[in-house]
Amino acid sequence: MSSKMQSSGSIAQARRTVQQLRLEASIERIKVSKASSDLMRYCGEHAKNDPLLMGIPASENPFKDKKPCTVL
Amino acid sequence: MCKHYLYSILCISTSLCFKPFRCRSLPAQRKYMRSPPIPEMATQEVQLSETLAHLKTESDTLKGKLEEERAKLHDVELHQVAEKVEGLGQFVMKTRRTLKGHGNKVLCMDWCKDKRRIVSSSQDGKVIVWDAFTTNKEHAVTMPCTWVMACAYAPSGCAVACGGLDNKCSVYPLSLDKNENLAAKKKSVAMHTNYLSACSFTNSDMQVRLSRMGEDTCSSFVTALHHFFDLTELFKVFRHVLHDFMSLQGCDKKANVWDMRSGQCIQSFETHESDINSVRYYPSGDAFASGSDDATCRLYDLRADREVAIYSKESIIFGVSSVDFSLSGRLLFGGYNDYTINVWDVLKGTRVSILFGHENRVSTLRVSPDGTAFCTGSWDHTLRTWA
Repeated sequence: MSSKMQSSGSIAQARRTVQQLRLEASIERIKVSKASSDLMRYCGEHAKNDPLLMGIPASENPFKDKKPCTVL
Repeated sequence: MCKHYLYSILCISTSLCFKPFRCRSLPAQRKYMRSPPIPEMATQEVQLSETLAHLKTESDTLKGKLEEERAKLHDVELHQVAEKVEGLGQFVMKTRRTLKGHGNKVLCMDWCKDKRRIVSSSQDGKVIVWDAFTTNKEHAVTMPCTWVMACAYAPSGCAVACGGLDNKCSVYPLSLDKNENLAAKKKSVAMHTNYLSACSFTNSDMQVRLSRMGEDTCSSFVTALHHFFDLTELFKVFRHVLHDFMSLQGCDKKANVWDMRSGQCIQSFETHESDINSVRYYPSGDAFASGSDDATCRLYDLRADREVAIYSKESIIFGVSSVDFSLSGRLLFGGYNDYTINVWDVLKGTRVSILFGHENRVSTLRVSPDGTAFCTGSWDHTLRTWA
């Protein structure tokens, strides 16, 4: 009796797995070359707005300490 | 009284428009009678095991087909395509601020959208809100449990959510009145099973996404920050939030992508060799990075449906606890258990910098909303901002 419950439980599990795999197998995919060039393009387009990448002058970055001014 | 009100809101919202989601359950199995075995039962048992075997075969076939389909489109590697991109120069990044105040390991942190406030949570049970420019502490809340493993700042900046071993997510409204007892104003969303490992707000203050340790489910709950909650307001909020319906989750070695509307896991990636500790979207939303105990970070493209890059070195043997991208997505920052931060060129797959400073594991890492700095939290009880 309990083994039947176990197998019905694992059947439910197996059915779920099959359903899930069917779903995943059927999605639309694009080529890696296209996906990569899209990633590259995004990086290129946004690079100039990326402070950590480009480095912004210390005076504009609130985290960087400003150089002390000397009064001559 | 307030708790009761919150619970009833959850029930209403659940039945009306938004189910807390898990893997879909199947139609109820036939109930077997508790009578002495008869020949019919034996046949049923044979049928059951045949079905099981049949399902297993189908599942294996599908797995094979999935790999085949993915492999067909694997025509080139990302770093090959990226050869024509200019290399990155030397990076000089260092600690700009050190936030001291926690009495134990810092477990999680998040930035406020105002780009200067930070919320952090610690094993000492405290949740602290800091001004990252001045390093002042603006609020401090003591949670009833230790190991506050997750914390997040609400998009409005008016509240923080946190949780951990107490098995629930609590939301604290932040007020400018320092004397106000924040703990008294909190609202809780109970979880019941397993402790909270991650939480984040969706685009609205009204909803948090929660993830439980080791569980292959992703849940979303209404936070109900306000005392008086009109149902019409609730509907307006859900219409807004539906645009923010995708969720990433790392569960053991798998990285899952959930569609919150249907409650389905729509994509799943299992290439890491050990538990995944962190997942973050690439800024365009078409890809995501993961960091794992196998000492690698990996990049998965959602439209190509596969892993497209691995960020690793033989000399790096300690696990990654936390990853995040710079604003353009060109840099990937990883916080490691060997106390360092490694900075990777996302496109070329090479390491551009290694940063030292923390005196124990880096447990959490986030780039600021405007990308001017990133903040790390560590088991050495401190947080550091780097730029």
